Amino acid sequence: MATLRRALFKTNIRNSGINPQGFHPSQIKFYVILAPLVAFMLLPMIFIFSHAFKPPDELFAFPPRFFVVNPTLKNFTDLFSKMSTSGVPVSRYLFNSVLVTALTVGASILVSTTAAYALSKKRFKLKQTLFAINTVALMFVPIAVTIPRFLIIERLALLDNFWVHILPGLAMPVGLFLIKQFIDGVPDEVVEAAQIDGANDVQIYLTVILPMILPAVATIAILTFQATWNNAETSTLYVTNESLKTFAFYLTTLTATSASTGANTVAGQGVAAAASLIMFLPNLIIFVLLQSQVMSTMSHSGLK
Amino acid sequence: MTTQTRERPAFAQPSAALPGAPPLGGWAAREGSAYAFLSLYALAFIVFIVLPVLAAFGLSFTFFDTIQPPTFTGLKNYIVLLTQDDIFMRYVLPNTVQFAVLVGPGGYALAFMLAWTLAQLPKLPRTILALILYSPSMTTGVAMTVVWKTIFSGDQNGYLNSFLLGLNLIQEPVQWLQSPQYLMTIMILVTLWSSMGVGFLAMLAGILEINPELYEAGSLDGISNRFQEIVHITIPSMRPQMLFGAVMAIVGTFQAGAIGVTLSGGNPTPQYAGQLIVNHIEDFGFLRYEMGYAAAVSVVLLLMVLFFSRLANRLFAGED
Repeated sequence: MATLRRALFKTNIRNSGINPQGFHPSQIKFYVILAPLVAFMLLPMIFIFSHAFKPPDELFAFPPRFFVVNPTLKNFTDLFSKMSTSGVPVSRYLFNSVLVTALTVGASILVSTTAAYALSKKRFKLKQTLFAINTVALMFVPIAVTIPRFLIIERLALLDNFWVHILPGLAMPVGLFLIKQFIDGVPDEVVEAAQIDGANDVQIYLTVILPMILPAVATIAILTFQATWNNAETSTLYVTNESLKTFAFYLTTLTATSASTGANTVAGQGVAAAASLIMFLPNLIIFVLLQSQVMSTMSHSGLK
Repeated sequence: MTTQTRERPAFAQPSAALPGAPPLGGWAAREGSAYAFLSLYALAFIVFIVLPVLAAFGLSFTFFDTIQPPTFTGLKNYIVLLTQDDIFMRYVLPNTVQFAVLVGPGGYALAFMLAWTLAQLPKLPRTILALILYSPSMTTGVAMTVVWKTIFSGDQNGYLNSFLLGLNLIQEPVQWLQSPQYLMTIMILVTLWSSMGVGFLAMLAGILEINPELYEAGSLDGISNRFQEIVHITIPSMRPQMLFGAVMAIVGTFQAGAIGVTLSGGNPTPQYAGQLIVNHIEDFGFLRYEMGYAAAVSVVLLLMVLFFSRLANRLFAGED
């Protein structure tokens, strides 16, 4: 009897409170609190899906309808048959975006993980100072220094250069910070054991550290992906050659024209919605695939 | 992943310099590889973060129109900013403060509340709901413009207008994004909507990491309700994550400054209603080519971020 009561008591504990194991009626109130906020967050997402597949008569419908009734791919075929006003096909922007994002993510992983390895596991005089500088740089707001950045990029002859999409995003203080914290969780003994086996730093970095910090690598990959894929500013500010601009930039031109042409907004809306969906989907898919890695990295994210 | 623990031979000294290394190589052997590993990041960091900040600082004491080389003018830009820039004092500064207070602490409190509520749920629903809450932050900037522009569209085809007309709450369509009295509210809503980002995830992870025994001990010490539990156990146990979330919220708030221009479709925003400090920088830098003056405004912005981050630091890191 006592065991039964204890067992009941135990399940009761496990099903309420922080991180419960299963459903418990006491959780209903939390669902009720979350429901309106989740709906508010979710509706614009549903809208973009629904809008992208609407045929013209539904885009024009009055009163406007939220959900699509007869979904069609017309907006997407329209999008890809379009040329920008300067004659660059849409697929070119998309290709640029994919290439730029892939290269930036790869380079960013290399740059951040190597630096984080040094800051976490190597011994050198300036170690604490350099990490402190990076922590201050967490507060860095890139948009504040757009103008001096422009002048520096101009000096480096990076204007209208393909690499301007990639290089400025490589130093990511948040990324370095998260990876460094994660590597701190790898015991020093593991590194020392490898040193005794005669491994040099490059071997330790490649064969010991990297395989153990994959969740952090996934996280920085996501953060870099989002920052690069969604970046329209680089194309706006630093690139004048249309064939070097990215898809995010092309999307801004779509929404800008649909705002100024008044009566024709609705026609442009379908294409813009299709383009927005193409912008949004890769973000979503990558995050869904890697979310458990991100969460395990985030538990190391504390700032002391 | 299992690691074999090995007996370390008594004579092995893993960090000693290689025998026979050249004299100058003493330092290189000890610390050289650390700097080699740091070099790529350091280079990017110096060129694209440190130099721009220093340049902003330097240019803020000059007059610079991008055609002539900059001429030193001392504190003139700052004096003009504080005494003569009517638009800055009347619109930009109050707007920025209003926006920052509501989106910063407001969004931060919301993120904590959502993270805490989510932590009370089992893993599967928690993961799904966290994904939904996080996903707007992936859409930073451009991707969602079309959605908001359609919802807040000024003609009767706009979703909000159509909805309110249907309910007879308004008699004729409202120009939401062009009206000075609505633009700021909409900017704040949209920014809050997309503010559950990295900081939110960090706080959620922080809450889930707290040792359950602390709560049991707390209940023995007389903690009787959830609110006391949050104040006395949850927040003190996750100060580092709280601080990380706070810094992310501050940076996110000031970084989100372009939203007014994006929504209303032009800089300056209608009657400066949505003009934030970031737009003011752009206005002077890229539209009027007064780079020195724009740099002074940038420095003010960076100082604001630093000030608020210090404040957060005081709140959450002060006690240990």
